[in-house]
Amino acid sequence: MGNQKKYWKSELELSSCDNTIDHLKNNEFIDQLPTDSFLSDKNQLEQSNTNRRDFLKYLGFSTAAATLASCEGPVNRSIPYVLQPERIIPGLANYYATTIADGFDFANVLVKTREGRPIKIENNIKSKVRSSANARVHASVLSMYDSMRVKAPTLNGGETTWDNLNKSMISLLESMKDNNKPVVLLTQTFASPSTSKIISDFIKKYPNVFHVVYDSISDSKALDAFEVAYGVRALPTYDFSKAKYIVSVGADFLGDWQGGDHDSGYVKGRIPERNKDGKANMSKHIQIESNMTITGSNADKRIPLSPSQQKIALAKIFGYVSGNEVGGELPSKLDESLKKISEGLKNAGSKGLLVTGIDDVDAHLITHEINELLNSQAFKKDELSLIKNSDDKKITKLIKDLNKGLVKGIIMAGVNPVYTLPNSKDFISGLSKAEFSVCFSMKNDETASISKWVAASPHSLESWGDNELVYGKYNLTQPTIRPLFDTKQFQDCLLDWMGSSQSFYEFLKDNWQKNIIKGSTWNQVLHDGFYDSETRPVLKKQIINPLERAKSLSRSKSNGIELVLYTKTGLGDGQQANNPWLQEFPDPITRVSWDNYLTISKKDADQIGLKNYNVANGALDSNYALITVQGESLKVPVIIQPGQAEGSVGLAFGYGKTKALKKEMQVGVNAYKLYKGFNLSQNVKLESINENHEFACVQLHNTLMGRGDIIKETTLEVFNTKSAKHWNSVPKVSLNHIETPVTSPDVDLWDEFDRSIGHHFNLSIDLNACTGCGACVIACHAENNVPVVGKTEVRKSRDMHWLRIDRYYSSEQTFEEDIETKENISGISDSLSVFGEMEKPADNPQVVFQPVMCQHCNHAPCETVCPVAATSHGRQGQNHMAYNRCIGTRYCANNCPYKVRRFNWFLYNNNDEFDFNMNDDLGKMVLNPDVVVRSRGVMEKCSFCIQSTQAVILKAKNEGREVKSGEFNDACACAAACSTGAMKFGDINDKESEVTALKEKDRVYHLLEYVGTKPNVFYHVKVRNTDET
Amino acid sequence: MCCIFTSKFETIFFNFLVKKNSIFFHLFSHLFSKVRLMTFFGLISFFSILFSANLIAQEPDVQKGKSLFNSQCAACHKLNRNLVGPALKGVSAKYEKDWLYSWIKNSQAMIKSGDPQAVAIYEEYNKVAMNAFPNLSNEDIDNILAYTDYVPPKPTPPPGAPVAQTSSSSSTNDIILILLSFVLLVLVMLLYLINKTLKSLVNQNTVFADQQNNKKGIPIWKAFAKNQFLVFCSVIFLLLSSAYYAYGYMLQVGVDQGYMPIQPIHYSHKIHSGANQIECQYCHSSAKKSKHSGIPSLNVCMNCHENIAEYNGEEDLEKGYTKEFYTNEIKKLYKAVGWDENSQSYTGDTEPVKWVRIHNLPDFVYFNHAQHVNVAGVDCKTCHGPVEEMEILYQHSSLTMGWCINCHRETNVDLKNNEYYQKIHEELSKKYGVDELTAAQMGGLECGKCHY
Repeated sequence: MGNQKKYWKSELELSSCDNTIDHLKNNEFIDQLPTDSFLSDKNQLEQSNTNRRDFLKYLGFSTAAATLASCEGPVNRSIPYVLQPERIIPGLANYYATTIADGFDFANVLVKTREGRPIKIENNIKSKVRSSANARVHASVLSMYDSMRVKAPTLNGGETTWDNLNKSMISLLESMKDNNKPVVLLTQTFASPSTSKIISDFIKKYPNVFHVVYDSISDSKALDAFEVAYGVRALPTYDFSKAKYIVSVGADFLGDWQGGDHDSGYVKGRIPERNKDGKANMSKHIQIESNMTITGSNADKRIPLSPSQQKIALAKIFGYVSGNEVGGELPSKLDESLKKISEGLKNAGSKGLLVTGIDDVDAHLITHEINELLNSQAFKKDELSLIKNSDDKKITKLIKDLNKGLVKGIIMAGVNPVYTLPNSKDFISGLSKAEFSVCFSMKNDETASISKWVAASPHSLESWGDNELVYGKYNLTQPTIRPLFDTKQFQDCLLDWMGSSQSFYEFLKDNWQKNIIKGSTWNQVLHDGFYDSETRPVLKKQIINPLERAKSLSRSKSNGIELVLYTKTGLGDGQQANNPWLQEFPDPITRVSWDNYLTISKKDADQIGLKNYNVANGALDSNYALITVQGESLKVPVIIQPGQAEGSVGLAFGYGKTKALKKEMQVGVNAYKLYKGFNLSQNVKLESINENHEFACVQLHNTLMGRGDIIKETTLEVFNTKSAKHWNSVPKVSLNHIETPVTSPDVDLWDEFDRSIGHHFNLSIDLNACTGCGACVIACHAENNVPVVGKTEVRKSRDMHWLRIDRYYSSEQTFEEDIETKENISGISDSLSVFGEMEKPADNPQVVFQPVMCQHCNHAPCETVCPVAATSHGRQGQNHMAYNRCIGTRYCANNCPYKVRRFNWFLYNNNDEFDFNMNDDLGKMVLNPDVVVRSRGVMEKCSFCIQSTQAVILKAKNEGREVKSGEFNDACACAAACSTGAMKFGDINDKESEVTALKEKDRVYHLLEYVGTKPNVFYHVKVRNTDET
Repeated sequence: MCCIFTSKFETIFFNFLVKKNSIFFHLFSHLFSKVRLMTFFGLISFFSILFSANLIAQEPDVQKGKSLFNSQCAACHKLNRNLVGPALKGVSAKYEKDWLYSWIKNSQAMIKSGDPQAVAIYEEYNKVAMNAFPNLSNEDIDNILAYTDYVPPKPTPPPGAPVAQTSSSSSTNDIILILLSFVLLVLVMLLYLINKTLKSLVNQNTVFADQQNNKKGIPIWKAFAKNQFLVFCSVIFLLLSSAYYAYGYMLQVGVDQGYMPIQPIHYSHKIHSGANQIECQYCHSSAKKSKHSGIPSLNVCMNCHENIAEYNGEEDLEKGYTKEFYTNEIKKLYKAVGWDENSQSYTGDTEPVKWVRIHNLPDFVYFNHAQHVNVAGVDCKTCHGPVEEMEILYQHSSLTMGWCINCHRETNVDLKNNEYYQKIHEELSKKYGVDELTAAQMGGLECGKCHY
């Protein structure tokens, strides 16, 4: 049964020989604290001049002195507006619909502003296109308040004026045009109709200008494939909610695959809702991949395969589905699995879906072909995604032309090729041959710092703009704050340089009113943030000869170890590397923050001599690997990743930046250096380097202490056939030798209060719907002024996240068996032949994500131990924390069974030791003025966003009405940010509310129910669809 | 309080007398000032006299004219300064009276008829036609013109007038002081003489005195020190009382009741809220909607002060609050908001006012004005005190947690027309067995309601 499973948190727990781990499981510290050595040393004690009483005297005196010294209050100034804008009322938030489009992330959002400062990003749920913001989009508001931004345009490193820049550019462009010298416009994908129009007008005016689109992680091959198959350079979209049988070969579609944003559709099919006959259905998801991704973690069945094997597997699936023989060698057991998968796809028919992330044109082509064969409803080839438009061939040609001296001038916008190009040295040498270079950039980054001109650009939140993210679906971007610095938009400058008198705003409005808006008004569209037209693209299906392509795929071979490059949920392509929220965000899978690293399977690691080990305080260390790709070498720390396909290693982009970053953020290695030929998988050589690397990993700190039933899971079969008692039993305790359910009042230590009056808040968390994406973690950070503590502090388990997403690995057998089998496998060479063994848990574990925040226990153990009553219970179910009352004994944290309380070990604001956003005036602008910034020495924790629940109540009171159902859901930052609906917040005394209905479900359980804490957060048992038929 | 009361009383009293007989007024004020001088009763406010003097009865009635001017003309005209229309001081000298009658009653008709004077003035003031006032009788117009022509008599100080008052009072004071010091001197000399005589007497009887001393035995402080019980009791008493005072001292640390900082612009709530009776929330409009009551932005000030460029109200000479002083403060506002008085337009050159915040709650307390003002209907004065009497605003309440909580314990929840409360109030009052719930019973004492 699911409940019998054993959960583990790191690969190290599985090795029996490491005493440290065993010890850590039962003890907080691996070594005894050295108190004895001090106290037993009589000599030392006697020699000491200061005795305990003296110490207390000094302490008392200094406390009294400090108190008296602090009596004088500071003089506070209040500065009202001279002319108050009509819609701003100090103290109330305004919301604006806009779009975040930075070239890597695209999302329709609402921006919450206070007194003209954007402080938080929220999902624009009214928009049907890309309305779920991921962790990076949520964090982008802080990137605007980045103190390392370029504050004015510069010429050769010195400040200049826009007038000067514009005049020089116009004369330069004119002379280039007269002499017919080619100029290149190198930009990110804007997916913006107005920008495209400006660029084409610009090229009309200056015919010597060529436009090259370059995205750091291009998806160029997927674009090529779609162009070959349908004649349009774009990407298809996928509606995962329409699919009942999902097969993914290397596509991390819950991550950043093809721009991400597939999770809300996917999750719709993943929640087992019972029909009238009591049977539940959910989609089945099979993931074939190398790295352990969040998509693989959510899959019902996961097959770890190296990229070259994935290609063979994909070809075979094509063969089985289309009924052709494609060839290719795979172990028989795997072949069997692939046959079953193909059967499954065929049986599902139009409800089936195959997606691939293999960086190969043929792979994408045959995937489209299979979806066509299945007539898949989820494959939306006529709803084209336009957010990727890069072409690897063009950028390769550009670098060649630059080096040949053919390109005389280059204008860059939204790109950082010096950092993101694998052959950036060529680019740098080419750039020096151009007569001029202009870089539109927010930062003085790697590229900007070697460009002649740096045109200081505004952030998305300071800009006007528009987007067509999906064909025919338009969005607007509007500024939510006045530009913080002397910046100008790229589009404005192009208009200036063309000699146009229009500003970009005027151009945009004009263009929309003339060409886009039909049957609506500019003001309405600006208010909503989006406009959907009815136009559909015209596709021409081409003949692609899929069988030949499948056959060529099936011939792929691997030479040694294959590297799979990927993007992390935190940093993505690395644009926001100077964002401390994202740096401190722990990776959903490895739970490591402030680093990138090489993920490797246990077997390969042993082979090469790569190690992970825990040190005395429980922190994680590793040695380094020297990874070499086509002569380029990097020294990378290593994480042994359960579930990593043998023969493959993974490395994340986005780290290793050196320019325009605070020192603390300069972490990791630059994986773009290994992105040779813009291919996500590379053949590599690995060597071990015997040097120590320190990680800041958050999930090794607190042990489970044998409380394995913190996760409850079951299979769809059991869920449908057996009663809830069987798979979601209430724990029992002994009362007078009679087994009594822990929910019974007889076994309760506490008296029950009447909670039926007024509001009673509950949070529902569905483990089936939680994909581990982490948007809630950043949203919570932004809403509650949670401090960033830095790598060294996280390493000491002093991270401050109020909301963490625990990740547990699980296996169906006992550990001892696994280890035995594992040790019998010998050598990497026969990894294919022992594929069957790979089904073993340690190599291919199941993963569960579990968001944990303060559980707001009705019978809270923390409240009873606080000596000063700083934490107390409110009638609305919230466990209050009065920071000003807290004296920092930390008894509450010790007594909390869920380890959700966070202690402020230091002053994290205005402290140069913690040089993050709360240490500079700009970064402080993101703080939520309704939540206090905590000081040193106090405990803090999730408050159920009481500031927002109170605000909702006050709004109702002010309007003289009752609170409407569902109004509370958006009050909690995490629930509002959760685009999959895994978290739902509300009032259970309101019978109409969604959360009340959720609480009645039979999947509901509480964390560590037998402790009797009666939490106000409840979870839903995870159900896996392991049905093989 | 006392001072305020007397000056008010005087004002009323004078107004009454003035109308009867101005000579009597002078006499009385002279007398009264003498009485006051002798009893050190306080000073008559300079305002009251000036104001009263303004209203000395004349034909036609200047006072009636003033009130008519204020109600009918002041929106567009000032006495000394051009506004929408020209300054009206001495207007009757510029035009014929009959011409003025017809102009005021219907200026547009005159312009149409082509009256050269009328057309000239129409052209001069940007072709803005003046409203017609057919409701004004000739007598009314006479009154208005009397007001516009009225020159207040120069304060050629009558014997009771303040200037003379101060000098005379100071000279009398000097005499009294000289007398007193003379008496003191005599006393000191007397004492010295007595002392001298007594000493010589003691010297003559030294032996006797020594014997007397010995008889006294142990001095009292020694006896006290020997009595352990007394020592114990007094130590306890000392400790307790010092603890009591120390506790009291500590409790007021960080409590800024009465905090009255000097503001960059001397803004008088006494004038705005008291004399002019402007509703608090006219300026502090966000108190109803937001957590902040909101310091009004300068454009709110300019709603009125575009027309009010000088101060003409009461003065307080003792503190230096003269008309010039107040007018000067209005100029500071103009400077801050960038208002050019001459061209009657905004220059765009602004300079935000950096007010000193008076009511400072610590960061860890969340207070919401809307909850109290709009939902609970608490009067502003409950916490902010008699603002209408504050020349300089100060912190009236202690703003301590005890103060907050006491009010929450004592105040009933205001249910009027608020559907939010109805269900919960009904259920809770049943639970607690009361008719009306206090804010505390409603949950207003929970830590998390104010601390987050």
